[in-house]
Amino acid sequence: MGVKFKRPEALTENHTHYCPGCTHGIIQRLVGETIDELGIRGKTVGIAPVGCAVLSYNYFTCDFQEAAHGRAPAMATGIKRVRPDLIVFTYQGDGDLASIGMGEIVHAANRGEKFTTIFVNNAVYGMTGGQMAPTTMPGQRTTTSPFGRDTSDTGMPLRVAELLSSLATPGYITRQTVISPKHIRKAKKAIKKAFEYQIEKKCFSLVEVVSTCPTNWGMTPVDALKWTEETLLAYYKLGDYKLPE
Amino acid sequence: MTKVLMKGNEAIGEAAIRAGCLNYFAYPITPQSEVAEYLSKRMPEVGGMFLQAESEVAVAYMLFGASGCGEMVFTTSSSPGISLMSEGISYIASGQLPVVFVNIIRGGPGLGGILPSQGDYFQATKGGGHGDYRLLVMAPASVQESVDMVMEAFVLAEKYRNPVMILGDGLIGQMMEPVEFPDTPPPPPPNKDEWATNGMDTRKSNTHNIVKTLFLDPEVLNNHNLKLKAKYDRMKKEEVKFVSYNTESDYKALIVSYGTMSRVCLTAIDIMKEEGLEIGMIRPQTLFPFPETAIYKAALKDSCKVVVSIEMSMGQMVEDVERCIKGVKPVQWYGKCGGEVPSPEEIIAVTKEFVKEQSI
Repeated sequence: MGVKFKRPEALTENHTHYCPGCTHGIIQRLVGETIDELGIRGKTVGIAPVGCAVLSYNYFTCDFQEAAHGRAPAMATGIKRVRPDLIVFTYQGDGDLASIGMGEIVHAANRGEKFTTIFVNNAVYGMTGGQMAPTTMPGQRTTTSPFGRDTSDTGMPLRVAELLSSLATPGYITRQTVISPKHIRKAKKAIKKAFEYQIEKKCFSLVEVVSTCPTNWGMTPVDALKWTEETLLAYYKLGDYKLPE
Repeated sequence: MTKVLMKGNEAIGEAAIRAGCLNYFAYPITPQSEVAEYLSKRMPEVGGMFLQAESEVAVAYMLFGASGCGEMVFTTSSSPGISLMSEGISYIASGQLPVVFVNIIRGGPGLGGILPSQGDYFQATKGGGHGDYRLLVMAPASVQESVDMVMEAFVLAEKYRNPVMILGDGLIGQMMEPVEFPDTPPPPPPNKDEWATNGMDTRKSNTHNIVKTLFLDPEVLNNHNLKLKAKYDRMKKEEVKFVSYNTESDYKALIVSYGTMSRVCLTAIDIMKEEGLEIGMIRPQTLFPFPETAIYKAALKDSCKVVVSIEMSMGQMVEDVERCIKGVKPVQWYGKCGGEVPSPEEIIAVTKEFVKEQSI
């Protein structure tokens, strides 16, 4: 009997530290599968962010650098500018990318840097204990919005895919989720496409993945999936926002 | 070698190329924008790379990424820009990455002014970013020395896998002087396959390299810091550089001064010598490691009544001078830091005054 399902070579055997019900593990598996399928492990450099995915270099078998908060796109730019032959991806959360690192991602995208960003949006700061993120929903309770996010005070949740797709520079910008097998298959296709555009030296590519954080949302994993579908996806609409010419 | 007349900032850019560094990330800031302007033309000519980043913060991490994958890389900036890079410099030091920084200092704090100063001495030698780290800091006093130090900086950065900073000032950057570039090609950078994230295919190795700065286990972090400290201790043994002036005479005072300021002091010392007053000087060429022993020994001379730290800052280096003098002689400070360089006449007046005070 042939092997139907196995760990991608691009992933280590390490157990991840992610909380039960969090979808980081699924997303990283999709990245690992993509690296395997495209045969690029030997020339790939991943960049870990600050936040829950800071230790992601422990889960991949390709080269990795670890960034300071929000600076992963600058590091990816540095690598691609001096070693355009390497395949580079950043793996960033919403606090990292949409708050402190907004400048770096906007300018990297606007320069059309030929790297790929996997942007995991779970509407909260995960690692630091569930504080409000720029992506936190109106009324959502967090440790720094204990009465629910007041948009008259803190503005509306940032829609990164829409914002970056407004740039005139060509790019591939898409929003996906991994809350069901159907969505996982679509997200996989998007991630693979994002890497393919990079390999073809075509454009900057970013896959926003709407994710879950049962621990900091105070929900069971099942309720977290439901809340993602009903609340997050109503605001963060799935689909391709920008395609290269 | 042919002598050419070059502006300090442009010579610094050319020196990096001659050192073999063809990768330059930067953000414009006065008084060193000519480096970026020069290299924006020159890098394409030599097949190099120049990217004007969106900010100094981004520059620091572009350097991190590029150096982390094994390539030679450098930047230039001025005081407020270096402040913005300081966060990244801490990460680069922790990641043990060989990166060269040039700081053409302007007056501060805050926006300050655009004229020369030495007000970033603390920031450069005591760390401007967080955590326990040190930069190897070199201070040129001429355009030629800037060239020589920039070229040497790349070798030292590789030797120690540590960031190296050239601490110049606005005058060094802006003045024109004749310079020579060596004909000999720079030494090839060492093989970095053991640690650089240069892609497993490149190095034909199946182990993946990780460049990181997070060490959550306290014992591991402590050991990491001990490893860094060992490098800094080695620098103290092997890299101290300084120049002595008139120290063969029976000098009444010992001046300690560096960079542009030391050139003015040299003129003052020559004038005082003609007037019959012998003054010695030690000019640190490395600010970290600091020439502690040389200054201490020079201060011990019987004729020496006082040691004077003369700076274009409000008494920053004087703290290091006091530290290495260990109280064996009185230490005085004189300086200015609004962008105006103290004149030889001022130096003569204060030096005579300090000598007089100690002779009563």
